[in-house]
Amino acid sequence: QQIQEDLNKQLFDNLVSFLRRSHSGFQEKTTEWTCRMKTREIPTAALVLGVNVTDHDLTFKSLTEVLHNNVTPYIALLEAKDCPGIKNLMRKLIGQLMNCRVDVDSLEEEDYVQVSQNRIPCSMTSLISWYESVTKKTDAGTPRKRRTSSSRHWQSPPVVVMFQDMESFTTRVLQDFIVISSQHIHELPLVLIFGIATSPMIIHNLLPHSVSSLLCIELFQSLSCKEHLSTIIDKLLLTAQFPFKLGEKVLQVLINIFLYHDFSVQNFVKGFQLCILEHFFCQPLSVLCCQLGDVKKKVNSLSHNQCENIRRLPSFRRYVESQASEQQIALLTEDNSLKETIQKLLEDLHIYHENYIPVLRCLHVFTSSLPKYPLGKQIRELHCACLENRVWETEEYESSLQLARMLNRSDLVTMLQQCVEILVSSPGKEFDEPVEKLKEFLTQFQKLEEEAFQEWDVSVSSPKELQKKTDLYHLQKTLLELKESRRSKKLTKFEMLRFEVIEYIDSLVRNYLVPADHKTLHEIMYFNTASVLREHLNAAPRIALHTALNNPYSYLENQALKSDGGSISNKAPDICIVYKLHLECGRLINLSDWLEAFSTVVMGAEGPNADAASSDHVDDVIHARFIRAVSELELLGFIKPSKQKADHMARLTWGGC
Amino acid sequence: MPNLEHPAYPASALLQLESLVPCRESQVSMLLSIFGERQQFSFPSIFIYGHTASGKTYVMQTLLNTLKLPHVFVNCVEYFTSRLLLEEILMQLQSHSSETQQTSHVPCENFNDFVRLFKQAVASRELQDQTVYIVLDRAEQLREMEANILPAFLRLQELTDKNVTVVLLTEIVWELFRPNNGCFEPLTLYFPDYSIAHLQKILSQNHPPEYSADFYAAYINILLGVFYMVCRDLKELQHLAVLNFSKYCEPVVRGEANERDTHKLWKNIEPHLKKAMQTVYLREISSSQWERLQHDNGEPGPLKGLSAHTHVELPYYSKFLLIAAYLASYNPARTDKRFFLKHHGKIRKTNSIKKHEKTSSHLIGPKPFPLDRLLAILYSIVDNRVAPTANIFSQITSLVTLQLLSVVGRNDQLDGPRYKCTVSLDFIRAVAR
Repeated sequence: QQIQEDLNKQLFDNLVSFLRRSHSGFQEKTTEWTCRMKTREIPTAALVLGVNVTDHDLTFKSLTEVLHNNVTPYIALLEAKDCPGIKNLMRKLIGQLMNCRVDVDSLEEEDYVQVSQNRIPCSMTSLISWYESVTKKTDAGTPRKRRTSSSRHWQSPPVVVMFQDMESFTTRVLQDFIVISSQHIHELPLVLIFGIATSPMIIHNLLPHSVSSLLCIELFQSLSCKEHLSTIIDKLLLTAQFPFKLGEKVLQVLINIFLYHDFSVQNFVKGFQLCILEHFFCQPLSVLCCQLGDVKKKVNSLSHNQCENIRRLPSFRRYVESQASEQQIALLTEDNSLKETIQKLLEDLHIYHENYIPVLRCLHVFTSSLPKYPLGKQIRELHCACLENRVWETEEYESSLQLARMLNRSDLVTMLQQCVEILVSSPGKEFDEPVEKLKEFLTQFQKLEEEAFQEWDVSVSSPKELQKKTDLYHLQKTLLELKESRRSKKLTKFEMLRFEVIEYIDSLVRNYLVPADHKTLHEIMYFNTASVLREHLNAAPRIALHTALNNPYSYLENQALKSDGGSISNKAPDICIVYKLHLECGRLINLSDWLEAFSTVVMGAEGPNADAASSDHVDDVIHARFIRAVSELELLGFIKPSKQKADHMARLTWGGC
Repeated sequence: MPNLEHPAYPASALLQLESLVPCRESQVSMLLSIFGERQQFSFPSIFIYGHTASGKTYVMQTLLNTLKLPHVFVNCVEYFTSRLLLEEILMQLQSHSSETQQTSHVPCENFNDFVRLFKQAVASRELQDQTVYIVLDRAEQLREMEANILPAFLRLQELTDKNVTVVLLTEIVWELFRPNNGCFEPLTLYFPDYSIAHLQKILSQNHPPEYSADFYAAYINILLGVFYMVCRDLKELQHLAVLNFSKYCEPVVRGEANERDTHKLWKNIEPHLKKAMQTVYLREISSSQWERLQHDNGEPGPLKGLSAHTHVELPYYSKFLLIAAYLASYNPARTDKRFFLKHHGKIRKTNSIKKHEKTSSHLIGPKPFPLDRLLAILYSIVDNRVAPTANIFSQITSLVTLQLLSVVGRNDQLDGPRYKCTVSLDFIRAVAR
């Protein structure tokens, strides 16, 4: 599936470029401080990244890349799990720095590096001497690839040390490292970067004042992951560029996982990839899910079997039923006419997408500024609502229109301008007419404004007249009149126009925001089996284990194991029997009782005569089987030997205590 | 003021020394009398302690450098293992005299080797007739190395049979050093804190060349007036003085006031210093940001400090998990039934007991709780059904890595893990909102 690979690549490109952009601002600042180093302070960047720890890897990787290309070749990335002590930290740091030097300096002096790994002691002095030798060499020697600009501080590029997960480092290690490096800041231009997941207060919690006073901390806040998600959704789903689309339910599942569970953009992207995979794997007609240019070729190469598949699609059947009878026959019997129609329909679908997105954005412009956000604050919520069913039939839509009818003029004008921009920039061809219409509205508003100004002049002059009249009754009367006139005369024009605008937007929505399910052949483009996705992404280990052991049929699919529940079948694997028996026990399980119960269940099949023979003595084989099953359970972590009572096992599973 | 006098050293060097170490004359003269003449054997080990920034390191360094005594100076934090420490001492010793020959790396695994190599090094360099000083800064780190290091250093003179003196510098008292099985008692020397007059004198000493000494002294006076209440650390005060001086000079540069006009200058700088106390001193904002702020001069909106960003965004279920963890940590388990079940039993306790519980639970701190209890509380506080999926469990571990929860007693993985909630009530309030 080549398309899928392409998609993945594009997707990662998107992500990386996005990250790069978000860091570019940060980047410039790094270079700024390096020249402004204080006497004994280590310049430090505290990078607040949010709690989505899984994304940090990627972020730091791209950050390293960017720094490497633009600032300095000396970068070390430290993770807490590698550095339990200061010794390990130094070793890791030196190793990384020296290795990166090898990258830059190609292959010269290979032997030296090989020796260094083992022999050079992990201390700051060796690091400094290394740094001096390296910088000296570059000063005299060949020009590097990196931007050697005119400014002086490039001569000694800073050494950047990044702590990826600041929270997990032990305080001792960090403190020692900072103290050491502050002693040598003159010889070694060091820059620290702390990756912080929670809040910057953690720095003060981790480091005492005497240590943190050695740092010159500057704070950088990365984008919140919610914004990150919206950009990704914007780029991936709300473009006509990619033919593959997500159905409403699937999108809902993905967003829910994101919001409820992990805030991890990476997981979202992975979920999306899984959807792509699933779609192309399970839907035989997904060959047609491709760019518009390729459609013709692909449609022509459809086999008879695939045509039959298309005829079976529910949306296509609906379409056929709506056609005239002879056409129905033609569609159902002749492959060629079918192919022509498919092509036409796919083109329709494509145009629908092209129109759908700009109109959706327009609607979002309107709804996002309404009080209480009846249709949601984010465009993704609106998108979900539109995909779910006809958006104009919902109550929320009604209420939002109601609210929109009460907007004031300046807001309305800015919104209209935004809409015009969106529509103009969109690739769809059908938007000439709406754009014209909207522009017309705008000019009308402008006219109204001018008129309003004139009227304002009039109304300004009227209070002067009022002041002349001292009679209270007259005053009241004129005030009332003024109010009346204002309400009836001046505002009506504006209101009429506002009403028209809203009506027009409404008609646009009705025209273009038809949910995708109502379109013919939507199955080709949309992936809508949310249950599959949920199964894959929302793993439930407890439930899976329980069903496996409680109802072995569900996994083994052996007819003999099919049980009616409740009773314990003796044909089940031993471990299942033992498991079921242990479910009936309390926190502590008596082993001999358990064995007895086990043997009764197993012997149940052999009939009552066998039972009589071994009533007092348990068969050795059964004993062995029992021991094996119990040790299997212990291996799975369901039970453990207890020290409280002899010959008892402690139950560790749910409901045990 | 006692003038430094010692027959063994030239008077000019002593004078220079005196000017370099203000307010520490008595300590220096004491040290000099202990050291004696160059070739005389000195006390085997000297233990110097005093509070942060009381000039221990500085005095030692200037003393040894100005009098050109052979010495080795190492920081025990930097050389964190005994091996690194010993090797570093030997390296420095080698590089002292023999500039011509390249210092080679000598492996030195233990103290026995060290003694042997030390003897060689001293013998090879005709140092027998002079005392060699080994200064170990931040000597409290020595306690965490092998047990023999500290006692061995204390009687190094005896072990090597050479003229050597070990000086330990630290911030804590000797009683905390003394090993269980006894050792050679060093000569202890206390460096007292600088008084406010001392601070004034030291800080005014290095005034910038463009301005007169009096002017700078007046500035230091103002600075100390503001900061002396909260901070007596010389280094910190020096840092603050440098940072804020340009602001102080501003009226003079603009020509609005001359250098004698202290009152006017004081009015100008005082609110500024107060602000500095709230921000820079606590490292809420970095010094470079502070400088930029001064540069802009105007108020471009309050610069957000580190603690301004206390809000943490958490996923939906993580919030609930954290709240559940907090409840489990601070409520006793027996009240769970009362709080989280619909048909709970009658509340029999009197008010006074409950009040007592409430105050004490926050004072005692969080109590550990098992995983099952956490999940049970989670299910009861979340409105809709929550499936115990892998996602929930992974969220618990990610909360642990964020140090919002901590694992208690991780020795047995099989046993239900127990957690503790480590966040504060304010944090939970912010999350719960």
